[in-house]
Amino acid sequence: MADWRDLAQIALNGLFAGSMLMLPAIGFTCIFAVLRYPNFAVAGFATVGAFAGWLANAQFGLPAALALLAAFLAAGAIGLLAEELALKPLRPAGPLTVAIASVALTILLENMVRFAFGNDLRGYDLPILRDWRFDGIRVSPQQVENSLYAGAATASLFALLAFTRLGRAMRAVADNPTLADIKGVDPDRIARVTVFIGAGLAGFGGMLIGLDTSIDPLTGFRVVLSVFAAAVVGGLGSIPGAALGAMVVGVGEELAGVVLEPAYRTVTAFLAILLVLMFRPSGLLGARN
Amino acid sequence: MDAYITAMLVFAGFYALMALGLNVIWGLGGMVNLGLVGFFGLGAYASALLTTKLLLPMPLGWAAGAIVAAAAGAGMALIVARLRGDYLAIVTLGFAEVIRLVASNEIWLTNGTDGISNIPGPWRGDLSPQGFNLLFLGLVWSAVAIFFVLLARLSHSPFGRVLRAIREDEDVAAVAGKPVLSFKVRAFAIGAAVLGAAGALYAHYNAYIAPEGFAPLLTIYIVLALTAGGVGSMRGAVLGALFLIALIEGTRFLAAIIPGVSPVQKAALREGAIALTLILLLRFRPQGLIPERTRTKAHA
Repeated sequence: MADWRDLAQIALNGLFAGSMLMLPAIGFTCIFAVLRYPNFAVAGFATVGAFAGWLANAQFGLPAALALLAAFLAAGAIGLLAEELALKPLRPAGPLTVAIASVALTILLENMVRFAFGNDLRGYDLPILRDWRFDGIRVSPQQVENSLYAGAATASLFALLAFTRLGRAMRAVADNPTLADIKGVDPDRIARVTVFIGAGLAGFGGMLIGLDTSIDPLTGFRVVLSVFAAAVVGGLGSIPGAALGAMVVGVGEELAGVVLEPAYRTVTAFLAILLVLMFRPSGLLGARN
Repeated sequence: MDAYITAMLVFAGFYALMALGLNVIWGLGGMVNLGLVGFFGLGAYASALLTTKLLLPMPLGWAAGAIVAAAAGAGMALIVARLRGDYLAIVTLGFAEVIRLVASNEIWLTNGTDGISNIPGPWRGDLSPQGFNLLFLGLVWSAVAIFFVLLARLSHSPFGRVLRAIREDEDVAAVAGKPVLSFKVRAFAIGAAVLGAAGALYAHYNAYIAPEGFAPLLTIYIVLALTAGGVGSMRGAVLGALFLIALIEGTRFLAAIIPGVSPVQKAALREGAIALTLILLLRFRPQGLIPERTRTKAHA
């Protein structure tokens, strides 16, 4: 039964699943790196992105690539607005107060989407493509396309962080906010940019999840545990860690889906969080605890 | 008394119990618990299963609900209490989702998303529906009174003082020779036990439980109740539960008078309004209606 093709198929499916989780996980970890609180509203941002992309694609007829851009911009704008209005004033009360408010924020965003669009499942307007087969291994062209989008978005973020002044300033604030402040980096501005990018990436990822299946107001919340698992496994606050963690969690969930039951994929993600916290709280690539 | 009002007050009792339980963990121990609905659900399922499948008497089911939840709480605290609070937030949130997933998928045990029905209630068959409501009103508020007295004593005992010390500064408490981890684990277990007991009572009042009854919204409800009442204050927890029920029912009436919106939209407006209320409370009245009274209240 354990033919190498089966294993290859599982690994491949896992990597595709991981590339869906990667962007929300990176968004979550980015915001954590700079603002030092877990922003649970990434679930809401992912849902907002998925619906913004759906409007652009299914209602206004834009192709998927442009709709993804709309998803990024809409989720980023909503994320920034929510941060400024709701979360930022709570920062002096401590990171946990902000974290609690971000759970409420997710429920608020989810219900705004529900008010506007209802609970029905919606699908994007996509060409129907036949799966490719290579020596018994199935590959769906849509999944390949989605992974390429995810890869392109991640590569752009890495390029931004590595090669631009803004990226350097973001890394500086993440590393040592006081020192960055002394050196003339405006932490408020960096925080705003980070929240915009982080929420935007969550929205981008939310639309990718929707492209793979369909969307409803719970689209973001359904994957939120896997997203946290990816960020924690990779090391909270480490962006390469979140990318790697997403792949580990994606493949792990796929394996567990075969061994246990598909419904228990998320339980696997939770176990991954517990295992990492017990034995290596800094995660695979995280430096600080 | 009107059946509707009675039912609302019974629910207020459940919320008060949950807020009391959360207050031990979060209010006194300073440990965030975003998965409290998971412990509530665990207690509900434990008691429902034991009384419907093994036909145990109800009080034993209630005790079992509290014990199972306490054990889960102690285990969770052992794993994560040493870590920073943000990890605890992630793990507790995840725990509640896992409980809901297991309840939805272990169909042989929990009947899946169909839920468990025909859960026995004390003298349900012998009383009129309103009589049963009133009986349960007495039962649940007696439980609130008992837990309130016990937990208020706990809060002012040396145990409670150490917990508050740990909440304010873990390192100082450790330097003073207090076994921090042991205190945290016990606080988490006690709080989870109260949450589990609340869940067990709820199952027998409602006669029916299903996974969707244990959604994260309920966690937000209780965090809201405790924030409104005053985190750290046991009286605040009870008062906050009454505030919560007034808010939930108030939004029901408000949503009913808005013309031209569908039932789904009304539900969305209500849930959204409650989430928004929590955000506003955290911002404008974080100390709650009855702020915690301690002689030295440190501010981090």
